[in-house]
Amino acid sequence: MSELSKEQLLDAYRMMRTIRDFEVRVHDEFAKGGIPGFVHLYAGQEASATGICMHLNDQDRIASTHRGHGHCIAKGVDVIEMMAEIYGKETGSCKGKGGSMHIADLDKGMLGANGIVGGGPPLICGVGLTHKMRKTDGVGIAFFGDGASNQGTTLESMNLATVWNLPCIFVVENNGYAEATSSEWSVSCDNYADRAAGFGMPGSNCDGHDFFAVYETAKEAIARARSGGGPSFIEVKTNRYYGHFEGDAQTYRADKEVEKVKAERDCLDMFRKKVTDANLLEHSDLDQIDKEIAALIDESVKQAEAANEPSAENLLTDVYVSY
Amino acid sequence: MARKITYQQAINEALDQEMTRDESVILMGLDIVGGTGSPGEMDAWGGVLGVTKGLYGKHGDRVMDAPISESSYIGAAVGAAACGMRPVAELMFVDFLGVCLDQIYNQAGKFKYMFGGKAETPVVIRAMYGAGFRAAAQHSQSLYSIFTHLPGLKVVLPSSPYDAKGLLIQSIRDNDPVIFLEHKMLYTMEGEVPEEPYTIPFGEANIVREGDDVTIVAFGRMVGLAAEVADKLAKEGISCDVIDPRTTSPLDEESILESIENTGRLVVVDESNPRCSMASDISELAVTKAFSSLKAGVQTVTAPHTPVPFSPALEDIYIPTPDKIEAAVRAVLK
Repeated sequence: MSELSKEQLLDAYRMMRTIRDFEVRVHDEFAKGGIPGFVHLYAGQEASATGICMHLNDQDRIASTHRGHGHCIAKGVDVIEMMAEIYGKETGSCKGKGGSMHIADLDKGMLGANGIVGGGPPLICGVGLTHKMRKTDGVGIAFFGDGASNQGTTLESMNLATVWNLPCIFVVENNGYAEATSSEWSVSCDNYADRAAGFGMPGSNCDGHDFFAVYETAKEAIARARSGGGPSFIEVKTNRYYGHFEGDAQTYRADKEVEKVKAERDCLDMFRKKVTDANLLEHSDLDQIDKEIAALIDESVKQAEAANEPSAENLLTDVYVSY
Repeated sequence: MARKITYQQAINEALDQEMTRDESVILMGLDIVGGTGSPGEMDAWGGVLGVTKGLYGKHGDRVMDAPISESSYIGAAVGAAACGMRPVAELMFVDFLGVCLDQIYNQAGKFKYMFGGKAETPVVIRAMYGAGFRAAAQHSQSLYSIFTHLPGLKVVLPSSPYDAKGLLIQSIRDNDPVIFLEHKMLYTMEGEVPEEPYTIPFGEANIVREGDDVTIVAFGRMVGLAAEVADKLAKEGISCDVIDPRTTSPLDEESILESIENTGRLVVVDESNPRCSMASDISELAVTKAFSSLKAGVQTVTAPHTPVPFSPALEDIYIPTPDKIEAAVRAVLK
């Protein structure tokens, strides 16, 4: 905790606060009917994307999931454009052609949220391979959930990353549920680190509500990858506050399960308590960020609502072959 | 242009020349080197049929064997392409598409569109296809219409050594995902191939024979059979326009329609199964865009709607033959 500068601590809080407010606002606007399609929200898991992406630069690349807004924000994708994308507007990150499940910004090293469970890990082997062939110290991070942890693509990619000795980190964000199915039931091992060992790579786990635990765990794995030490696996134990998708009544969850996590283990509350107890930051510093982010999110919704719909000619552009 | 080499050598030469020209071109696949990690020699195979033999010796670690896990290494090729490399991944037999299709059509094929134009994915996926090798139901299919159906993929079917080299170099230099399909029965076919690198543009058909009576549109290995039939019928005074589209996506609709408008009669020869095939696609093109020119119903010559049989006795009647093509030409002339 002490090794992070005041600026870095403020950045970490700002990132987590941005993700939280973004997701809460999308939840509210979706309920009002302003947002088309499917949205899957990351609220509750902010410390995971933040604790990992704090270590990355633009040459490092990540692959994300259908629950990707948090990864996008943590990797530096513009929030105003993201909101416009979720509204399907012309000013969106992908001109309104991708939507919530396909936000990407390759210049920022964000290879895309992904609508296919387990779609990202093979792509991250390609990121690692590129860095290896070009002899850079860049890394690739595959974020995926406990559902994707059982996909062949994920397991094949872990094997390939070890066989080719690639600078890749496989991060399972275990939020306890693959859609409505418990990871307690669907994941065949008790401890993901055991699975990592089977693929010849170090595996570790951390408390995904604690930014500092994620940050420290990721630091070691990323340093190993940067120095040519090959892939690692990290299990981030976390919780999501909302349903699999918006509109999910979550009747499969225990009574008061989410309320309890919110009250006792909220990543923003835990961060605030730690840094203020240790006199690293003042409450007023954090309150100031809260205010700034609230205004930013308000502005993003305002701009998204006011933005133009994509014009009809956009239907036929950006595809490789036109008829 | 006196030098003759095989279709297989033409592919090898294209890969070699492009790897020499551009450091970002890398190859990956199952046993494309052969012997990696084994106690014996490296480059033991150079591909299961030897197509990439010798490239490891010239280009070293840029030619990579992969574990038999197509999703991971085809996906790695796609990911590396999105990062600016130009990977050429070999899927060995196109029949193995079933174990990695997601990375091809949901990832590579959609990046540019989904991401609002902000992604290039210059990946080439090479695979062999086609019947005639007695390789049975899971190693003999002609699945190009599946790829052609999917927006975001370019699909290339070289029918000669000359086309194989020029189209493969074009595929590697192209900024979009390309499915490059090699007919395994053509690997030993010889033809004149220039030594220097050259490209053949996508979406420009090759008019293999010129004629005014019947248009024959044929794909891949079927092009040679159609030309053989055209030569035979020419002696009877029946002249056929034989069109090899070279790429099924993009498709040179203009050359096909122009020919149909001239001849008024169309035969399509397609080695794949008949439903939702190139045969049905070209027939639809004729009916929707050149109906008033047609003097007869369209004839298609395809495989039956069955898996590819193993027994040579059955496989030989599965594959379209010159006799069947000739009968179709005569039928449209009735």
